[in-house]
Amino acid sequence: MTTSLVAAPVDLPAGPGASVPAPPGLPGGAVAAPVSGRPLRTARRLRVPPSVVLAAIALAVIVLAAAFPDALSPHDPLAVDPTHTLAPPSATYPLGTDENGRDVLSRIIHGTRNSLLLGFGAIAIGLVAGTVLGLLAGLGARWVDAALMRTMDVGLAFPELLLALVVIAVAGGGTRNALLAIGIASTPSYARLVRAQTLGVRRAGYVEAARATGLSESAVVLRHVLPNAVKPVLVLATIGVGTATVAGAALSFLGLGTTPPTPEWGSMLSTARNFVELSWWYGLFPGLAITVLVLSTSVLGRHLQRRAEGGLR
Amino acid sequence: MSSAATVVAPGATLPGAPGLPGLPDPAGAVGAPGARTAGATPRSAVGAVARRLGVRVLGAVGVLWGAATLTFLALVLIPGDIAYAIVGGPDSNPSPEVLAQVRTEYGLDRPVWQQYGSYLLRVATGDLGTSYRFHAPVGQLVAEQLGSTVVLAVSAAVVAVVGALVAALATAGRRPAVRGPVSGVELVLASLPSFWLGIVLLTVFSFTLGWFPSIGGDGWRGLVLPTLTLALPIGAVLSQVARSAIEEVLDEPFVVTARARGLSDAAVRVRHVLRHTLVPLTTMTGFVVGGLFGGAVITETLFNRAGLGRLLLSAVNSKDMPVVLGLVLLSAAVYVVVNLVVDALYPLIDPRLRSAS
Repeated sequence: MTTSLVAAPVDLPAGPGASVPAPPGLPGGAVAAPVSGRPLRTARRLRVPPSVVLAAIALAVIVLAAAFPDALSPHDPLAVDPTHTLAPPSATYPLGTDENGRDVLSRIIHGTRNSLLLGFGAIAIGLVAGTVLGLLAGLGARWVDAALMRTMDVGLAFPELLLALVVIAVAGGGTRNALLAIGIASTPSYARLVRAQTLGVRRAGYVEAARATGLSESAVVLRHVLPNAVKPVLVLATIGVGTATVAGAALSFLGLGTTPPTPEWGSMLSTARNFVELSWWYGLFPGLAITVLVLSTSVLGRHLQRRAEGGLR
Repeated sequence: MSSAATVVAPGATLPGAPGLPGLPDPAGAVGAPGARTAGATPRSAVGAVARRLGVRVLGAVGVLWGAATLTFLALVLIPGDIAYAIVGGPDSNPSPEVLAQVRTEYGLDRPVWQQYGSYLLRVATGDLGTSYRFHAPVGQLVAEQLGSTVVLAVSAAVVAVVGALVAALATAGRRPAVRGPVSGVELVLASLPSFWLGIVLLTVFSFTLGWFPSIGGDGWRGLVLPTLTLALPIGAVLSQVARSAIEEVLDEPFVVTARARGLSDAAVRVRHVLRHTLVPLTTMTGFVVGGLFGGAVITETLFNRAGLGRLLLSAVNSKDMPVVLGLVLLSAAVYVVVNLVVDALYPLIDPRLRSAS
């Protein structure tokens, strides 16, 4: 860890596991928190607002549901019960049944994985593509930067949902393409963010110092520029997971993403729309699941962002 | 700015997003007010504004050219033979003569760069091509559906902006008991997926209370629920941005001066603070335009309303590429033009920008 010698004087004594935002040894600490030492951080961590704790718990439940749907759901999500179609919530069916007599709760639990897959997958694509393009623009020659960023500007001129619709019109619908479409549509904004961060980081003292120690250019980029340019973007990506899940659910709602009978929150709502008059529960609960997810990611993301910004001051 | 970025996807609220390419962020200009005010004569000030606008218009044309290029690429990249799509999809069995005729008619037999050239020329003259499915000009299809969407989008934009300003002006800087619940409601509204919000509104106001029709419905009654569905999530984000802007302005010395002159709190907020809030709000234009377009697709589908959104969705489903690309290109053009107009409005909102270069 050559870096720690020249930069990050604060993080160095903190030791492993002490700093959540800055992985130990990464020079990020030099940018992040010149004043806050270990006691300050601990204090701040103790003063985590209750809303953030709630959000973390909600996210944990959602992740559990995605990981172990069979263990958690009371019924088979595809099991049809013709005698109980559109039945209101009861002891047997806690959140009621749908038009085929399938348990809404079980379908929501089983839909978690598909919905999250859309959100996380899309963000992963957008983040990776955006990071590569943003780094190239931020570190490359002037014309590379200009060419890439003008292209991104063009991408940003299209509303994200419409850009995703174009990708689907070309490539076709389905879960995989919907995920790809949202990922592509979100790439320009991540590329812009990473580029802005890269421009700031590449002139930072610790990068110069790392270069001066004789590190190769690629090592400087990979070990110092990349982590520090991406870190603040990762915080925003926390919120992005929520919004991308909604975008995925929106595509499924429009019939272009995950399609029935596979349970997914958006496609459940798409069917539920036809039965709004007959059942309030069918249209209510899948949307509630999406909202809880988005709310949790944005509360958590804002908290992380405040922490990161607080460190800057 | 930072508080905005936390609410929605980064693309929507990037500080630079609403600006046009390669140009200084307008918000940056606010930071250095009156840098050249002292020496600038009115004439050179006008020249500076004109120059600035000229550069912006050029940038806008560049973005539109890029957008047209991107849509052309989508048109070329689509898998399968376009001629089949034109004569009626993969199930049809056209004779080679018909296919050849279609290819000549649509210029598909010419080299790609020639097609690209004529595509750009057509788009530049406002010709968006011919629908594969309806065999009618895209412009005509758009014109038929435009009115309904414009009514919905404009009413939603008005509700969102006015609602956000009222909520933010009334609650910014108040004690936590007032501010807390309102910002909590905003956070929830900003997180609601619009397709679910619409379903909930339908359940409550249409099927339970019977106040508004569920589907269609002429006149303002049929417009209320779609407008709210489209406006509430956008308005909630705007309100969050407006509040943080207002709270920053409330700490400014001129607010203290105004209060010292004996102005009531309401007068301070409406006469002095509101204007300062408009500049950060205008940076959200791109987010609003994108939200309205994307939201229109969902809202029109949900409420079975005719409009551009439904036209787009049906075109995506039937792979009617000229219609899809025409509509998407149109949305980019609206985005670019709206940003240009907002940009021209900055000096009107903030006089300090009039003479800044």
